[in-house]
Amino acid sequence: MTAAPAVKDPKGKRASAPVKADALFHYVLALADDALILGHRLSEWSGRAPMLEEDIALSNLGLDLIGQARLFYAYAGEIEGRGRDEDALAYLRDEHAYANLLLVEQPNGDFAVTMVRHLLYAAFVHPYVQALQQSRDVRLAEIAAKAVKEMAYHVRHASEWVIRLGDGTEVSHGRAQTALEELWMYTGEMFTLPESERRLLERGIAPDRMAIKPAWDATLDRVLAEARMQRPADRWMQTGGRAGRHTEHLGHLLAEMQVLNRAHPGAKW
Amino acid sequence: MSEAPMPLWEVFIRNRSGMPHKHCGSVHAPDAAIALQAARDVYTRRGESVSVWVVPSSAITASDPADKDELFEPTGTKIYRHPTFYKVPDDVGHM
Repeated sequence: MTAAPAVKDPKGKRASAPVKADALFHYVLALADDALILGHRLSEWSGRAPMLEEDIALSNLGLDLIGQARLFYAYAGEIEGRGRDEDALAYLRDEHAYANLLLVEQPNGDFAVTMVRHLLYAAFVHPYVQALQQSRDVRLAEIAAKAVKEMAYHVRHASEWVIRLGDGTEVSHGRAQTALEELWMYTGEMFTLPESERRLLERGIAPDRMAIKPAWDATLDRVLAEARMQRPADRWMQTGGRAGRHTEHLGHLLAEMQVLNRAHPGAKW
Repeated sequence: MSEAPMPLWEVFIRNRSGMPHKHCGSVHAPDAAIALQAARDVYTRRGESVSVWVVPSSAITASDPADKDELFEPTGTKIYRHPTFYKVPDDVGHM
């Protein structure tokens, strides 16, 4: 059994499984928001990266994520069945309607912050989409199969840089370690199961977030050891992104990302 | 803090199995692993490649442009070295 038939009712009626369709919509939307917001953050480096090679690399990583976001948004729009396409979902929702992780909306900071943030995210998403490939929702499994190769490279790219920054100069080590300390409180949200996701987990549509933790721990511990960095002690974790309660940074990001579409609705180029 | 110049690496990509790697440009990178990533990110963005090599530019010994007369000019008159005196059968294909 897959989720798709139930939500693709040609009459647009979701009365047969209202809870499930709504939960699935929000689940897919959150996956899209994670990818889009981090993809946009990386795009902010265009033309400003520390070296030409990395400028192009960061754009590549950002485009991978924006590509994933588009597939998730398109599917979310179909599930919702109210005619919202990927642009409507990306450009015409306000901050409180965004369900992304707080981690991905954090500012780029310096190169160390960007790379540490990326490692924390990619080390989670790579095993997560690996698991999502086995989803009983065929569309999600297909999107995951595309994303899994991209995310494998994201882990590699971020790992290699974190190792060099951590095991580099005193300055680069200090910046990387500080970035890790400051971002750590946003990592717990990746492993927090929203209530709306529980049914999807039971039905084999969404992977178990906690089951991803050992793989994330292993990647992180391996990289941090090689980088001579200290893994911060687990402490209170900041959450709220999934429920639309964001840090002050998301509003600024959305203002910049959405201004063109809001000023010129339906603009094409 | 030291600001040593970032080493230069020459990039070779192979765009199809069976064809040789070809030089396509260069990247700056602190070491070989990062150079390989940079080469992948800069030169294989449009599906050009199935394999990438990076080589430290410093490892390449190059001919001196000033020597081109003595190195390359003498071959100009040896047209008998060109394989143009016999027909290549059609089914030989790519040569």
